[in-house]
Amino acid sequence: MTIQTPHIDWFALATILVLLGASFVSLLGAVLVPARHRRTFGGIVTKLGFLGGLVASIWLYVDSPHSETVVSGAFYRDRWTALAQIILCLVGLATSLLSWEHMGRSDDHIAEFFALLLASAAGMAFFVGAGNLMVLFLSLEWFSIALYVMCAIDYDVEGSLEAGLKYLIVGAFGSAALLFGSALVYGATGSISFSGIASAISTHGLTGDSLLVVGIALVIAGLGFKMSAAPFHMWTPDVYEGAPTPVTAWMSAATKVAALALTFRLMRTAFPQEEHLWSVAFAAIAVASLVIGNLAALTQQNVKRILAYSAVSQAGFMLIGLSAGSPLGARAVMFYLIPYSAMAFGSFAVVAARERELGEPVTLENLAGFGWERPFLGVAMFFFMFGFAGLPLGGGFVAKFYVFAAAYDHGWTWLVIVGVLATLVSLYYYLGVVRAMYMRSPEPKTGLALAGGSPPRDRFLHIAVGMAFVVSVGSLFFVSPLIDIAQHAASSLFPS
Amino acid sequence: MSTAHLTSILIWLPIAGAVVVWLLPLSKYATGSLAVLVSLIEVGFWIEQASRFNFHHSGIQMSEQHKWFGEFGISYHVGVYGFAVWFVGLTAIAMAACTGYGFWVGRDRPRAYFALMLLLTGATVGVFESQDLILFYAFFEAMLIPLYILIGVWGGARRMEATMKFVIYTMAGSLIMLAAIVVYGLQAGSFDLVNGPTSTSRWLFLGFMVAFAIKSPLIPFHGWLPDTYRQAPPEVAAVLSGVIAKTGLYGMLRIAIPLFPEPTSFYRTSILALGAITLVYGSVLAFRAPDFRGVVAYSSLAQSGLIVLGLFAGPVLGRDGAVLQMVAHGLVSTSLFLLAGVVERRTTTGEFKLLGGMARGRPALATLLMALGVISLAVPGSANFAGEFLILGGVYQRAWWWAAIGAGAIVLAAMYMLRLISAVLHDARGSTVADEAMDVRPGELALLAPLVAGLLLLSAWPAVISQNSFVGKWPNQPTPTSTNLAAPRP
Repeated sequence: MTIQTPHIDWFALATILVLLGASFVSLLGAVLVPARHRRTFGGIVTKLGFLGGLVASIWLYVDSPHSETVVSGAFYRDRWTALAQIILCLVGLATSLLSWEHMGRSDDHIAEFFALLLASAAGMAFFVGAGNLMVLFLSLEWFSIALYVMCAIDYDVEGSLEAGLKYLIVGAFGSAALLFGSALVYGATGSISFSGIASAISTHGLTGDSLLVVGIALVIAGLGFKMSAAPFHMWTPDVYEGAPTPVTAWMSAATKVAALALTFRLMRTAFPQEEHLWSVAFAAIAVASLVIGNLAALTQQNVKRILAYSAVSQAGFMLIGLSAGSPLGARAVMFYLIPYSAMAFGSFAVVAARERELGEPVTLENLAGFGWERPFLGVAMFFFMFGFAGLPLGGGFVAKFYVFAAAYDHGWTWLVIVGVLATLVSLYYYLGVVRAMYMRSPEPKTGLALAGGSPPRDRFLHIAVGMAFVVSVGSLFFVSPLIDIAQHAASSLFPS
Repeated sequence: MSTAHLTSILIWLPIAGAVVVWLLPLSKYATGSLAVLVSLIEVGFWIEQASRFNFHHSGIQMSEQHKWFGEFGISYHVGVYGFAVWFVGLTAIAMAACTGYGFWVGRDRPRAYFALMLLLTGATVGVFESQDLILFYAFFEAMLIPLYILIGVWGGARRMEATMKFVIYTMAGSLIMLAAIVVYGLQAGSFDLVNGPTSTSRWLFLGFMVAFAIKSPLIPFHGWLPDTYRQAPPEVAAVLSGVIAKTGLYGMLRIAIPLFPEPTSFYRTSILALGAITLVYGSVLAFRAPDFRGVVAYSSLAQSGLIVLGLFAGPVLGRDGAVLQMVAHGLVSTSLFLLAGVVERRTTTGEFKLLGGMARGRPALATLLMALGVISLAVPGSANFAGEFLILGGVYQRAWWWAAIGAGAIVLAAMYMLRLISAVLHDARGSTVADEAMDVRPGELALLAPLVAGLLLLSAWPAVISQNSFVGKWPNQPTPTSTNLAAPRP
């Protein structure tokens, strides 16, 4: 007996294969390359891997004007997938620059770290293109397991192991919810492929079927954990705080890209008939994230925790676009992800630089005077904070405009009002960071560079922050081209 | 170079200057000189613009339009109307004086300071020139960012609370406006200010008005004003009251009134009442203020109320007067805040009970303060008199008692200005006024004299603004063409 193997469009998987290949090479380096060269070797391999992935995903974007499924419907080859992969590869490239100098105290696990970074990126690149529930779950576990280890990789640092464990336990809970939900959906529809589910729902008239609805709710909950939307966010501040900062930067930017892109596709292609349900659900989650994220951030002193709660509230803004469920909403979400990932990555990278100077967690207290000591990083952080707050210093402004427009277009003016109020509250803590950097004089006891000498030279960190800065500010000026790209991507989800 | 580029140059020259100033590692002196030079070139470009502007033509001139985000018809659309030319000029001149003041007093961290001042100039000019709602909003917000840092870093001892209050107040208004803009634009299918349709939605009108009333400010939206004006560095307070506050009034003139004709007339009486209350109550507060800056701060609050009376009076007369008054008051309050800075540098305080007797041996200071005070209290013949007269003429056509309230407030203006003058210049010598405290230095005079000269010019020839602001058809809204004082009452 022969097993029928499906035809495989290898090119559709090119991004994933390149990243995975680089991951293997880096892992081999951990064994074969002498310890003192491992950091250089791993760094170069990682950069080449992400550059290769970037080229492949851009190529895929150009070469996939029509959405199609490959590998027996398991994977979508379209511009939505490709654009998410482009963003992921860019964030990954920036992360590899950041972690070249800033990851780990010694070179002990650096090659393994780079291998895990590439592996998690490959998992996410697979995740965003998932075409059935099986691939969805497998790729989710694939990148999650890599992230669990990355969080705990500095196991001699207080908090890192705890962060990894916490993420593992909560993440496993989320995965379980997702898996159970998938099983219920399969039970209700008899299909695991997204399009199969949709056609089963319409042919059998399953709209409102209780098994299906519970299944969808559990799937949403499981994905909610990954996008750290309230009320599934409780791991976020602890893990973001405890994990090594380059890992936090990577997680906060990339996981959100992957989770939001996949969720939008899943809802659009698998459950279009249930839109009246999930759009309300996501609107509720959006409101919860905006309220909880913003209010909790107000009281934080640790900058990484502030940024973690800000990530929760930003998830709320993006979910406004998702809850609209329209082509405009899809454009809004995709566009939002571009400046968001730049700002999220960049702000954590700046925190990493300060952390290295101080050798202790960065708080609003010991951030005092940072803006004047490190003019470039200070100004970059300044732009990221104002950009997050939606002031017109970056693409965050346009992104907020788009999600509000999507909500209004959907007839939800109240959601616009909630978003506006949330923005107002968020100003307090975003400006709090700016105030700490520029308007407070440093305490004499912060122990800054007591041993003398200038702060460590970190060229690569500056390049990474510079990339984030250019993307975040550039997306204010080049709205039309970016929106066109996002529109092409979104048209994969909304075939006319 | 075509004249259309002048509009964009006026916005982007100072912003480019800001980037250059911030990036170049120049000495403190060179940085300041470069910034002042850029702000003077900006004034030069404005003169060029004003001289090429055809004030006899209605409609927008020197406009430029580029696609920004295409799908909603949002574009980079800039251009100027007659009245906007004067506000751009006010911005360029006042900002040049204030940048010069920062140079004169030698602000530390000069690269950041001058970059922010130039950024503020560009953003404010952008507000007056943008013809697209989203672009307008972007510049309106962009003004806030340099202001926040300028007050928070170079401000007084209680600057932290002041900035926080200022930002929360203005952002609350702005974000409500953003919601209104999104709804208006998507309903109308266009965010363009020149070709956009009018709307009858009262909610949207109120959304815009709240933002503008906070920025102007009007009572009861003025909670940020006293702290901010007292804690800001004097030149920033000068910019705030002279120029930034005018963007709120400009917003009413350019957006709220022409885009929402029906809600405007529906809420007219309430807004006129708000203006009258602001005028009277602001004047009373100014009379009771214990310090130099307090008087000037509350007097600009009162003036906002007066200008709102003119804007919402309806007839053309009031609107002409409002534009003239906005420019004249902008120059007056910029100069007065700079003068407050001059006094504070010599005595370390602005408290009246510690000041007094400064006229003796300081003729230039006394002359400047007297001249500004007299113009500010609208002595017949002054620019402010012409402005107030036109405004009162405008509201008189609505109902006689509006004019009576306004006229009463002018008496109050005389009271608080004379109180200010006597408390600083005359009275017994205050404990902080040392004999060695110098008269106005030539450097300071060089900053203040052009402002005062501008005021005297406007006093001699107020019609240059009042006759050259509105010609013919108002955008979106037909209005009578006559701007003549002697026009018969409708």
